[in-house]
Amino acid sequence: MPAVQETIDQVRLIDVDQYKYGFETEVEMEKSPKGLSEDVIRFISAKKGEPEWMLQWRLDAYKRWLTMKEPNWARVSYDKIDYNDIYYYAAPKKNQAPKSLDEVDPEILRTYEKLGIPLREQEILAGVEPQRRVAVDAVFDSVSVATTFKEELAKAGVIFMPISEAIREYPDLVRQYMGTVVPVTDNFFATLNSAVFTDGSFVYIPPGVRCPMELSTYFRINEKNTGQFERTLIIADKGSYVSYLEGCTAPKRDENQLHAAVVELIALDDAEIKYSTVQNWYPGDAQGKGGIYNFVTKRGDCRGKNSVITWTQVETGSAITWKYPSCILRGDNSRGEFYSIAVSNGMQQVDSGTKMIHLGKNTKSRIISKGIAAGKSENTYRGLVSAHRKATGARNFTNCDSLLIGNQCGAHTVPYIESKNASAVFEHEATTSKISDDQMFYCRQRGLSAEEATALIVNGFVKDVLQHLPMEFAVEAQKLISISLEGSVG
Amino acid sequence: MLEIKNLVVQIEDKRILNGLNLTVNKGEIAAIMGPNGSGKSTLSYVIAGKEDYEVLDGEILLDGENVLEMEPDQRAAAGVFLAFQYPLEIPGVASMTFLKATLNAQRKARGEVELTTPDFIKRVNAVATQLEIPKDMLKRALNVGFSGGEKKRMEILQMALLQPSFCILDETDSGLDIDALRVVSEGVNALRSPDRAFLVITHYQRLLNYIVPDTVHVMHSGRIVKSGGKDLALELEANGYADYRDSEAA
Repeated sequence: MPAVQETIDQVRLIDVDQYKYGFETEVEMEKSPKGLSEDVIRFISAKKGEPEWMLQWRLDAYKRWLTMKEPNWARVSYDKIDYNDIYYYAAPKKNQAPKSLDEVDPEILRTYEKLGIPLREQEILAGVEPQRRVAVDAVFDSVSVATTFKEELAKAGVIFMPISEAIREYPDLVRQYMGTVVPVTDNFFATLNSAVFTDGSFVYIPPGVRCPMELSTYFRINEKNTGQFERTLIIADKGSYVSYLEGCTAPKRDENQLHAAVVELIALDDAEIKYSTVQNWYPGDAQGKGGIYNFVTKRGDCRGKNSVITWTQVETGSAITWKYPSCILRGDNSRGEFYSIAVSNGMQQVDSGTKMIHLGKNTKSRIISKGIAAGKSENTYRGLVSAHRKATGARNFTNCDSLLIGNQCGAHTVPYIESKNASAVFEHEATTSKISDDQMFYCRQRGLSAEEATALIVNGFVKDVLQHLPMEFAVEAQKLISISLEGSVG
Repeated sequence: MLEIKNLVVQIEDKRILNGLNLTVNKGEIAAIMGPNGSGKSTLSYVIAGKEDYEVLDGEILLDGENVLEMEPDQRAAAGVFLAFQYPLEIPGVASMTFLKATLNAQRKARGEVELTTPDFIKRVNAVATQLEIPKDMLKRALNVGFSGGEKKRMEILQMALLQPSFCILDETDSGLDIDALRVVSEGVNALRSPDRAFLVITHYQRLLNYIVPDTVHVMHSGRIVKSGGKDLALELEANGYADYRDSEAA
């Protein structure tokens, strides 16, 4: 209840310029030569001090990528991307691998402060209020600049560090799992990522451990003409549990910037992974100039029996979103869940959804998707639910709701359902609605402004999904949704 | 309190109100009766500020202020409340959430301090008890899956909470059984005050047995064609609207 009021306050307070993360940070950067080549890949690998096998992996991916075509089946359109006009590596010059927060460029710390991300664990620990603690890994362009609560996590046996560090320190773990959920050859953008990924987070939760705090990564693209290619790998060993949240922002720029990430989740027997995303990349201006191209491959593998993977996403940013966080339900009795809120306004284009691949027996999946389209945006849900021949007793429930604000936007639902097993039960529900003039009038008759009324109705619409986000982030997400819809009424 | 002068309104080129005049004084309960299509609901919507209606002529003054120039939410903050004939559903928004958002929005608009949650809950509970509204109903999404009677009680609860100075009840009796009618009427009567006026729109005299009006106006073809005391309602009940139709024709 207070959250709604806060949302309304927030909507009221925002100025015309609605994207508040659009500022730029002035730090000296070290970049790779522009464009993509074997040399650039060697440069990145050398910068990261990688072992030979990792370099080879990248080079194999690059060779493969050269033979691949950019996919064009999504309901999005954009000018051709010139892959040789992008910097694939950019890092703040001062400290390549800061040992502690004191070594991090204060300008970068200020950036994260502006974004409201608590990096200084001491301050949090010193706080009088017993806040819920969140361990943060912050990635600035191509490098991770700070990871907090490392020691405390280490006590529990949890590994949470930049993936570039993990490649050096835990090569066996990384080699065993990387590329096993999203193979190098998976798709155009994933293969590109495999060749050039620069940083991201690595998480390993040992058997039987419940991760003592939320883990979180914040990604920031700062540098001009830079792509961000992060790679995240999370492994929940038998009987363990982890909740992980990622957040993303970028400065406002007239040029489009490419973001092609890969996220792989692996849940072994009886393990559970909750992965939440609050994506607020710069969406471009009202005319559709600038903004992030968000082409992301996210996939979780419920490898062990009784394992659970939950994806929760709040997508409000990016000029183009192409993203389908999926679950492979391999282990018997495993469960996959996907909760999504995708908001589009202005000229944004969203093509997002999920895949639930039922391979094991008695596997269950649940999809709740809420798309909200305003302005002149296009918002598509695309989802696949499939049952393998051996997936006896597979069950899926899908609910896709779309809400239209105004009459120049579009909402589309494209479900694919494939069942090769007679015992599978798949349910699909979909609705499309519009905030009716009568609803608006009713709210306004009671004293709410047009903006307040929209915020309230939209909050009601997304409620089923918001409740799956960690508490603090649910409030944050609610504000974000209202801000994204600013200017969509009246 | 409320003064309507020569109001002419159309919707999609169809004339609905034809030079309507009406004055409602502070502390007064005015009933408007009339056959279907006489423009009763249009009148309530135009006072509350619904779009789609085109005001061609005339004015509406609330305490001397021109209501027609205000946004619907400004009118609400100025004291206009419309109890809807068909209250709208707001899925996913708990009734409590809605009530608090609207009350505080109005208070803010009037430059008053917003209520804290405990103060707010105290107030809601007090009116809910009076209107026999169970607490779990307040936790449910506003009007979603509510019965006709529950929706109407929720309208009166909002009225009691917002304490408007000018209340319009649009066919509040429709769809109510006799028990619900009693509860709703008691709720309205409890709000009677020398500082508050009511415009009660109804088809039937029945409601006026419970909410006894000071004045009764007969509306026909977008105009007030006869005004009188509460006995006029009984007369209408006995004779119907036929007399007025004839007078129109003539």
